[in-house]
Amino acid sequence: MAIIIVDNKSYTVDEKQNLLAACLGHGLNVPYFCWHPAMGSVGACRQCAVKQFKDDRDQTGRLVMSCMTPATNGARISIDDPESKAFRASVIEWLMVNHPHDCPVCDEGGECHLQDMTVMTGHVYRRSRFPKRTHRNQDLGPFIRHEMNRCIQCYRCVRYYRDYAGGRDLNVFGSHDALYFGREQDGTLENEFSGNLVEICPTGVFTDKTFFHHYTRKWDLQSAQSICPHCSLGCNTTASERYGTLRRVTNRFNSQVNGYFLCDRGRFGYEYVNSDKRIKQVLIRPEGDRAKPAQPEVVPQALALAGDRLRQARGIVGIGSPRASLEANVALRSLVGPQQFYQGIDERERQLLSTILNILRTGPVPSASIHDAEQADAVLVLGPDLLNEAPRLALALLQSIRQQPMERVDELKIPQWDEAAVRNALQNRRGPLFLAGYQRTWFHAYATDSYFAAPDDVARLGFAVAGTIGQVAPSVPDLSREAKELTQRIAEALTHAQRPLIIAGTSGGSQATIEAAANVAWALHRQGKQPRLSFVLPEANSAGLALLGGGTLHDAFDSISQGKADTVIVLENDLYRRADQATVDAFFDKARTVIVIDSLEHPTAARADVLLPAATGPESDGTFVNQEGRAQRFYQVYIPQGAIAESWRWLKDLAHAQSAQTESGAGVAAWNTFDDAVSATATAAPELARVGEIAPPASFRLVGQKLPRQSERYSGRTSLLSHLTMHEPPPPVDHDSPLGFTMEGYRGSLPSPLISQFWAPGWNSIQAVNTYQDEVGGPLRDEMPGVRLLKPAVSNAPAWFTAIPRAFQPASQQWLLLPLSAVFGSDELSGRAPAIAERIVQPFLSLHPSDGARLGLEECSAIDLAWQGATYSLAVRFEPSTPVGTAGLSLVPEVSGVRVPAWINLFEAIKSEGKRRAA
Amino acid sequence: MLSEIERRELEDAVKHYPDKRGAAIDALLTVQRHRGWISDESLLDIARFLEITAEDLDGVATFYNLVFRKPVGRHVAFVCDSISCWIKGCEQVQERIKNLYEVDLGQTTADGRLTVLPIACLGHCERAPAMMIDQDVYGEVVPEKLESIMDKYK
Amino acid sequence: MNIERPLTQHLHPDGSPRFLREYVAAGGYRSLRRLGTELTHKDVQRLVGESGLRGRGGGGFPTATKWSFVPMGPDVSKPKYIVANGDEMEPGTFKDRILMEGDPHGLVEGMIMAGYALDAEVGYIFLRGEYHLSAQRLNQAIEEAYAAGYLGKPLPGTAFRFDLHLHSSAGRYICGEETALINALEGKRAVPRAKPPFPQTVGLWGQPTIVQNVETLYNIPHIINHGAEWYHRLSRTKDGGTKIYGISGRVTNPGWWELPFGTTARELLEQYAGGMADGVRFRGLLPGGISTSFMVEEHLDLPLDFSSFPPEVGRLGTGTMIILDDQTCPVGFVLNLERFFARESCGWCTPCREGLPWVAKLLMAFEEGRATHDDLSLLEMHTKWLAPGHTFCGLAPGAMAPLQSALRYFREDFERHITTGGCPWSKQSAQQRVLV
Repeated sequence: MAIIIVDNKSYTVDEKQNLLAACLGHGLNVPYFCWHPAMGSVGACRQCAVKQFKDDRDQTGRLVMSCMTPATNGARISIDDPESKAFRASVIEWLMVNHPHDCPVCDEGGECHLQDMTVMTGHVYRRSRFPKRTHRNQDLGPFIRHEMNRCIQCYRCVRYYRDYAGGRDLNVFGSHDALYFGREQDGTLENEFSGNLVEICPTGVFTDKTFFHHYTRKWDLQSAQSICPHCSLGCNTTASERYGTLRRVTNRFNSQVNGYFLCDRGRFGYEYVNSDKRIKQVLIRPEGDRAKPAQPEVVPQALALAGDRLRQARGIVGIGSPRASLEANVALRSLVGPQQFYQGIDERERQLLSTILNILRTGPVPSASIHDAEQADAVLVLGPDLLNEAPRLALALLQSIRQQPMERVDELKIPQWDEAAVRNALQNRRGPLFLAGYQRTWFHAYATDSYFAAPDDVARLGFAVAGTIGQVAPSVPDLSREAKELTQRIAEALTHAQRPLIIAGTSGGSQATIEAAANVAWALHRQGKQPRLSFVLPEANSAGLALLGGGTLHDAFDSISQGKADTVIVLENDLYRRADQATVDAFFDKARTVIVIDSLEHPTAARADVLLPAATGPESDGTFVNQEGRAQRFYQVYIPQGAIAESWRWLKDLAHAQSAQTESGAGVAAWNTFDDAVSATATAAPELARVGEIAPPASFRLVGQKLPRQSERYSGRTSLLSHLTMHEPPPPVDHDSPLGFTMEGYRGSLPSPLISQFWAPGWNSIQAVNTYQDEVGGPLRDEMPGVRLLKPAVSNAPAWFTAIPRAFQPASQQWLLLPLSAVFGSDELSGRAPAIAERIVQPFLSLHPSDGARLGLEECSAIDLAWQGATYSLAVRFEPSTPVGTAGLSLVPEVSGVRVPAWINLFEAIKSEGKRRAA
Repeated sequence: MLSEIERRELEDAVKHYPDKRGAAIDALLTVQRHRGWISDESLLDIARFLEITAEDLDGVATFYNLVFRKPVGRHVAFVCDSISCWIKGCEQVQERIKNLYEVDLGQTTADGRLTVLPIACLGHCERAPAMMIDQDVYGEVVPEKLESIMDKYK
Repeated sequence: MNIERPLTQHLHPDGSPRFLREYVAAGGYRSLRRLGTELTHKDVQRLVGESGLRGRGGGGFPTATKWSFVPMGPDVSKPKYIVANGDEMEPGTFKDRILMEGDPHGLVEGMIMAGYALDAEVGYIFLRGEYHLSAQRLNQAIEEAYAAGYLGKPLPGTAFRFDLHLHSSAGRYICGEETALINALEGKRAVPRAKPPFPQTVGLWGQPTIVQNVETLYNIPHIINHGAEWYHRLSRTKDGGTKIYGISGRVTNPGWWELPFGTTARELLEQYAGGMADGVRFRGLLPGGISTSFMVEEHLDLPLDFSSFPPEVGRLGTGTMIILDDQTCPVGFVLNLERFFARESCGWCTPCREGLPWVAKLLMAFEEGRATHDDLSLLEMHTKWLAPGHTFCGLAPGAMAPLQSALRYFREDFERHITTGGCPWSKQSAQQRVLV
């Protein structure tokens, strides 16, 4: 620690920081543009100038850029010094020479860092009387709007997009005061993390195009914490509403999880909530009349009908969901009883998840948070295609590859925040990152080595690495020379690292890759390293559901087909995505009553005899457990319209209706508030005991007050509903959380899950996050980053996994059909958002060129693939990284019913070859 | 598509640098020598050769004033407008060019013969005003001499 | 020894080049013969240190001090690089061109010697793109030097082998800034880099790198051949050696001369340049390129070297002077400079990117008779804010040197533009200035 003196007051700071970060950490307002806590200092904007004095006798001092000056012990600076203030105001004046005065029509207005900094410096009057330069804007695709005239040339966008996120299709062009930040030509920004430009840009050059379509000022938004439902990582978001529609999703800082950044699926996938395919009313189908469409019904009648059916049932099957909250799943389990609760996933997935949980429970190696992943100094990925399955984790690894070369930076005595110098010192040096899998993406350009092979061979590589590291772990016979050499390199890199990270996942359907990853991590642990494991799971609450337990979907099918039960409740689950159509059809045909609770129309919902409209994530309170085992709370942002209600409430109502007892039912029937749901969840499984600790209960108050979801400046409250009523209706009461649907309530430091939006005096933009941290970039004050439910075992010696698969052998007629995840398209919910839908590619079949030739196919040709009872139109792609003997199938909505991996006879399955398409 | 000669020259250029991207400027100037300017298509050709994106390369190309991202005439006249030449009347030279060829700074003549561009000090200050046509430098370019100089560049 | 003009004595008066045979015949590459035990790399460093050689690019930084930051020894990250800064784009400056066109092998030899001194095995000559003739001649010299074994093979008596590449740039004044030059050489945008770390430790491709002005490198073989004492005797002041001075503007005989360091501006102007041209009178001069401050009559007897200038006079710069005469408008003169700087800003930092075009537009307003007294304050504000340390590199502070000194020495001329509503000189030069 160091003591610095700022305007004659002493402050204790971390000497590894620069003066800007040190000052901001103490709440001292120093304006800045080009610096960013996650991207360091480059000294371009010159906005953060302060006066530095040599010692206490030095009265003159000199202007320094605080972002480029280390916070050394004894440093004396002044922020208030008149000269430094005047200089900072001049910097704004220069930036304003060309910045349009279009704040009233700019989407950034009201949450614009440039506005904030302008006010902070005190610059008011324009003295330049010369014309402003103008630019042509580009169409950057469905996510981002471009308005170059507003650009203040801070270079943050290109530094973020290129240097941080690995993007290559955005750059700065030109020189002097004729600079252009954009693409070479109009076109969609390709990088999967482009949406962060909206928050990175300090003004309105890059803004959220989806938000633009239903724009609302920040102060008019009602907001609350959400957990991204679109993959298993559990990134924290702020979801915001106005007039009953979800308006946008922004990043919500969580030091352990997503930090400052989201992926585009998470940021732009929210519009499924506003979809016109939402189920908005209760629909029922009279018994014995399944051919007719379901009819709307009022809620009491529908519940009465459902209650009758449930009472008459010969047994009820409850099918849970990995995309529903823990509480909703627990409610269903309570309603049907644990024996009749099924996880709603297939056997393979259940098996993989259970293996993963056991590895994390019984092994000595903990799972890695995204923050841990950023700190890893060597990484081995066995299987998953992170960019498409867990994008934010791929972004973390792009940072981790700087860890090991940072040693050189330290040797050169360059502070790590000095990004300008760090980049010059690092050049193209990258730390070890080994990617083994079967789908090539641009991410592989950052890998030390890439290994493309069938899952069994990937697993063999992993087992071999473990054997090489551990010598006691089982070794792998008959490894190819290529794999042997690679094994050596990987083992060496991992053993030279301090914080190695091993990643595997469920997507390839390979138990062996998961077990191999565990062996590697455990072998490293025995070597005294501090390894971490990370498993990429299929969905947002896959881990939570697995902790809860329960039979598989096919167990549920059996229960009905064997006549053990005749009634089905399906919770937020489209079974047609999980089993073939014939099986699911038979299942529903056989069931006497099908009750479906869900939010979006889908084939399963179409089979419901009673269809209950479920609230989506931002319309409900709930808990997700991410792939790391971290339980996190999301909150209802607004009360959904009409009959839509949270799934756990429907289940409570169903339980009531079933029991027909008035007051005190047992189990879910007795729940009244969300806290009851949380309490029940905490007792549902031993490892869930701490879910109550992840956020304050509904009774939580500060100074006796609830906490507002709306800003102080929320406007139009008295007239919001004036087209419906001349009265101002009272705000709804929230019995489920400490939050209120109002402007009124406590304002001040809050436990992090209860923060509505980041906002502080003088800091209206997302940069206000700084004011919520004691140390810039560090945890939030009162951060409750979720609770990790899984603890590594104390015992250090779990038994090695020994089921090493045999080397993959291509078959003469059969191909191993493997799933190819797509960041845009593979996730069920986000795929229903229009902006995401625009980015979904046409379904394709990926083949090694030699296999393509063997099948007599031409590249880019169109084929019909008949399989598992359906026919799919696919484009053929030749891809050298696709392992020979396998075929990749893109998981986009058109093929969502396909169950892979599976062996397929392509000679038979390919029915017709269309005309050769234009490339 | 790069021509055979272009490709050979680019391969030679790359040899001078530890990584391909180091040759970006050489590559741009090389192709420009053959094609007169760097069209979007040329840019892509070079970017592909250097294994970088069009954005990577254009960020560089647009920074440097001797890389032409717009078509130029058969000949390019660079009129030095820096101080020594300004003192000695470079503005009169520009004016004379404008009168003779109906072309302003930054423009190309209608017949495609000549593009006139301003240029930073050519380092011939002792013989100001100076201008460079293609690769030939002329000093003491008084307006009266212009026509006879230009006659060499048809 | 009676060599007074070591750098230029053998140059052909017609500007034609000396190639290998002629160069060697006149003693060229002699410095390399003693390398090895007789002359270790430390010896070369010591000799250069004793000679008092200072960088001729304008900064005047002692070469040996610059070298001393280069990490030496067997454990040092390799390769190390020597880069000749031949991006001679400082307006009014043409000395390096004279040397490279006339005596290309001198640069090759200087670079080999500097490489040897620093155990740096790879050299680049960074040449501005407009110097086509220099490029042709340097290329030929490099080919000859490879053929003769001076390059690409271990030098006799040593294990040291040097490789040399020529890089022709594509314009932009900022490339002359050593860290921007490094970025340009890496094929990137020529934006300067933050210092520290200095290129000596983290330079080209992250490796230790010395960037040295062309004229500086030409001096090194002569220092090795004739010794530090001889080198000091060439000079009139404590900065060793000769300097290639030049004069442009309205003088009788513009040109360049290699003279003892410390020659005065008056000697140059009157004895060498033949005085002011007919009909014009001296008003001021910029001593070395346009990033230097105006000197006026009272400064003409100052020795032109790096150590004799009082702070209020500024710095010598490149030693190639531009003369302001009384028939030329000082405001128009400065406008020309500021337009140049505004156009050549790399666009990285705010004060330079936004401030310089504003300055140029203000000066334009003076010339067009639209300026007010407030504009004078705005100009002054810029001279105050665009100071070293306030901007990312030295370009903008350099741009302010002539403006600030012009406001000091020619203030009444600025005011006359305001009071008379236009440029008092415009009748002599009726040409409309072109907008930036």
